[in-house]
Amino acid sequence: MSKEIKFNEETLALVHKMMKRYPEGKHKSAVIPILHIAQAEFGGWLSPETMDYVASILKIQPIEVYEVASFYSMFNLKPVGKCVLDICRTSSCWTRGAEDVIKHLEKKLEIKAGETTKDGMFTIKTVECLGSCGSAPMLQCGASYHENLTLKKVDTLIEEYRSSGKQRSYTDLDYKNTL
Amino acid sequence: MGKKLLIHNDKVPNIHTLEVYRQNGGYASVEKALKTMTPEAVVEEVKKSGLRGRGGAGFPTGMKWSFLAKPPGVERYLVCNADESEPGTFKDRYLMEKIPHALIEGMITSSFALGAKTSYIYIRGEYFYVARILETAIAEAYAAGLLGKNILGTDFSHDCYVHVGAGAYICGEETALLESLEGKRGNPRIKPPFPAIAGLYGCPTVVNNVETIAAVCPIINMGGDEYAKIGIGRSTGTKLISASGHINKPGTYEIELGIPVEEFIYSDEYCGGILNGRKLKAVVAGGSSVPVLPAELILKTEKGEPRLMTYESLSEGGFISGTMLGSGGFIVYDETTSIVKNLYTFARFYHHESCGQCSPCREGTGWMEKILHRIIEGHGKPSDIDLLWDIQRKIEGNTICPLGEAAAWPVASAIRHFRKEFEDYINHPEKIRDVSYLSAAI
Ligand SMILES: Cc1cc2nc3c(=O)[nH]c(=O)nc-3n(C[C@H](O)[C@H](O)[C@H](O)COP(=O)(O)O)c2cc1C
Ligand code: SF4
Ligand code: FES
Repeated sequence: MSKEIKFNEETLALVHKMMKRYPEGKHKSAVIPILHIAQAEFGGWLSPETMDYVASILKIQPIEVYEVASFYSMFNLKPVGKCVLDICRTSSCWTRGAEDVIKHLEKKLEIKAGETTKDGMFTIKTVECLGSCGSAPMLQCGASYHENLTLKKVDTLIEEYRSSGKQRSYTDLDYKNTL
Repeated sequence: MGKKLLIHNDKVPNIHTLEVYRQNGGYASVEKALKTMTPEAVVEEVKKSGLRGRGGAGFPTGMKWSFLAKPPGVERYLVCNADESEPGTFKDRYLMEKIPHALIEGMITSSFALGAKTSYIYIRGEYFYVARILETAIAEAYAAGLLGKNILGTDFSHDCYVHVGAGAYICGEETALLESLEGKRGNPRIKPPFPAIAGLYGCPTVVNNVETIAAVCPIINMGGDEYAKIGIGRSTGTKLISASGHINKPGTYEIELGIPVEEFIYSDEYCGGILNGRKLKAVVAGGSSVPVLPAELILKTEKGEPRLMTYESLSEGGFISGTMLGSGGFIVYDETTSIVKNLYTFARFYHHESCGQCSPCREGTGWMEKILHRIIEGHGKPSDIDLLWDIQRKIEGNTICPLGEAAAWPVASAIRHFRKEFEDYINHPEKIRDVSYLSAAI
């Protein structure tokens, strides 16, 4: 991770545009959207350097960024794999086999939930209801919802992700227009 | 077929585009309200409609709107609550994903009624792809002169923005949502002041659920009186229900308020009966926070009358034998489900989502999770059931926001209706096997 913590010009312009969505003097509102971009750009997690950088853009104290980043479950404060597999295990998913999916993944990737594979490709993360209860069991990876999972579907997905080798971020879907 | 007003066009190809949406009558409420009505008249129609908030609490929308303070020279805001994180609830996602313009149209008409120059749609971060769909719809609306300066040539101007969260159930609570929108941790505020007086950036603010805002369009189009004729009594109109769990046809359904629960579960138009022909054991009718009811009490009230999908009928019997319509997150459990283990998933959820400001909630949710965990692991003690009961009682009513109650009610109702199952878990740990059957997934 030698990449310099600095947005390129295009992203920076976007960030400044986003800050204008909030009234004069209230641009701190943009902290969550900007943290999403920063997380996607700088390795999938928020290092102290990344958070300090976001604070400097917003002209707020670093602590104001840390306290936000640590509150929300989509922000990773430690390094993670390129593909974070967010597996829902709340009631509706549990009734339809979420535990099987988790066990299967743990076995397949030879790690426990919360851990990252040695090659840095996958992290298994258990999460709570993602609003996909009618298509349970499900997992989210980056911006994509994978629903009505079967163990076979999970296998295919893992192969696909492994062979592409790409980092997946929540902002993947052309976030330049989204935020 | 019941009446549908919100998602009747969900199968029309390309209904997510402005063009097709307008061809199907979209934005009529904006035309009507902005060109022929005063803001007060729009509020009046919503009052007459009897519409109640679809986010969970069921508070009359027209009344809420009329509380909005209007000090001269001060901005007012409309904020749409698209945080949708209550387990079992995914109806707002369906609406926004399939017919994004239905929400944008509602945002414009409602903002006109409230005199809001700016509105925000606060959407949970995980729904990023839905935010993308909404952004695209908003851009189309700007290009067509439906947003921005002098909408449709009138002197009403309005800007609407999407704001993504980052994973926190508590941000669905309206004051936590406002904190989050201001760029802070999602800690609920002490009320009063209510958002209607001091909300976003200290300005008067209305927070409404996605479905509530979308429902304003048909209300303005047909008139409040006509809307009020749909449904039964004080449960007027239609409601989106997201159905999940052990049923043949999980999904989002629009129902006319008043259909029997039995019809909703068993008819092919809706849930299509219990998966694999098994028997119904229990239902959580309105999202994880509402009391769980055993089959006999969800199908019929204690008096033996058929239970209906209305605010009143579902809550008949209070918390002794009733439940709530809540957010419309309808979760069905078949005879193989372990109520105790299911409750554990809820307890873990609430512990995870507690913001930590109030000790009864922060500590109590943690204790409940821990005790339930030891019970399902076969290490429960006979006194644990009373201990759980005691903890939930001590949370209820002693916290800043209703998440405390939301965490307490599932525990109370599970013990009330399924005490024997807890006892079995504790007294016969050797018999425990994982009864959640796993499924359809394999
Ligand atoms: C813990 C908690 C979570 C909530 N989550 C949501 C939610 O995700 N969506 C929602 O519309 N309302 C939610 N609410 C209710 C809101 O506080 C608020 O009552 C609602 O947005 C008002 O809109 P309505 O009157 O249109 O229903 C939640 C409340 C609590 C206490
Ligand atoms: S009840 Fe729980 S979630 Fe609500 S403010 Fe208190 S600690 Fe936070
Ligand atoms: S319970 Fe898993 S998405 Fe809702």
